[in-house]
Amino acid sequence: MVTFQFVPYQDIVELPSAKRINKLLNIVKDNRIVIMEGRLKKEEECELIAMTMGEIGPRFKGIELSVIYPEKGSKDALTKVKDVVTSILLGNRQGLTIIGPASIVKKIEKNPDKIELLTKEASLLQITQQNQQRKR
Amino acid sequence: MAGSFWSNILSKLNLNPFAKRSQLKLGLYGPPNGGKSTLANRICMDWLGEEMSTVSHVAHETREITIKEQVTIKNKKNKELTFSLVDTPGIATKIDYEDFLRKGLNKLDAKKRAKEATKGVIDSIKWLDNMDAVVVVLDGTTDPYSQVNITIMGNLQARKIPVLIVANKVDLRKANIDVIKAAFPQYPVVGISAKYGKNIEDFYEQLFNLVK
Repeated sequence: MVTFQFVPYQDIVELPSAKRINKLLNIVKDNRIVIMEGRLKKEEECELIAMTMGEIGPRFKGIELSVIYPEKGSKDALTKVKDVVTSILLGNRQGLTIIGPASIVKKIEKNPDKIELLTKEASLLQITQQNQQRKR
Repeated sequence: MAGSFWSNILSKLNLNPFAKRSQLKLGLYGPPNGGKSTLANRICMDWLGEEMSTVSHVAHETREITIKEQVTIKNKKNKELTFSLVDTPGIATKIDYEDFLRKGLNKLDAKKRAKEATKGVIDSIKWLDNMDAVVVVLDGTTDPYSQVNITIMGNLQARKIPVLIVANKVDLRKANIDVIKAAFPQYPVVGISAKYGKNIEDFYEQLFNLVK
């Protein structure tokens, strides 16, 4: 079974960077897949990778990370201004961040409007099916 | 005491006329197995006549920051560029010692390698702040849209560090430099084969543009 945990923007916006990253990492270490509203700052993404490396051991093998963010180029000037004002007033809650434990999530593939999350079980099932087809 | 205080302030503001400019640091960054160490060796062999790092088909061969001081290259106009070349461990979000077992390492060595690799990734990230310019080495045969690549690029951009992207392994049929150009249109991309030296002159020429 795969468990997803939604993390709303308001739950992390007040937290300092280190606590924000820790909160996300603790959920992932508990074998749950984080779906976070908004995205981390670029420096925080790097810090998340560094902190993940510090946690790697026999039980935790790292993370799969993916950020989906609306394309900046496809908006008109008025929408861009609206987005800037909204992000100043409410924070940057655009986009979606997905973080999964590497022991469960093998790969996250993203297209502009679609996410494909390949779990280890799914890939094992795929290999078994391919082997069965070969035997036939 | 007071002199040293003002000297520190001026240095921090880049205004100290007496401060000796430290040598330009050129970092090689990227995911594991992109060919950073092969490129480092190519540069060192071409200009110093000696290799810099060991390379291997097993990921995370480079697990420590390696620095080669005083590398001087020349372009076609005989202009010289001197820098410290910094080869960094590949940045990854996951490291599983069982992957190394599958590559033929014994359990003890595999665990040791995994431990060292995690430390290597942390060091690579810490060293980002020390770089004056960065060459991001990507495997031209793989999908460039990975979150690790995007995170590296985003952090270099946030730190305003000049970037040159190398699409490596263009000697392989699967290599597709256009996909890398489309993924990161804001940066110059040069396709090379670090292993065989293909298009390496173009790469050196681009290095001059990067730090001018």
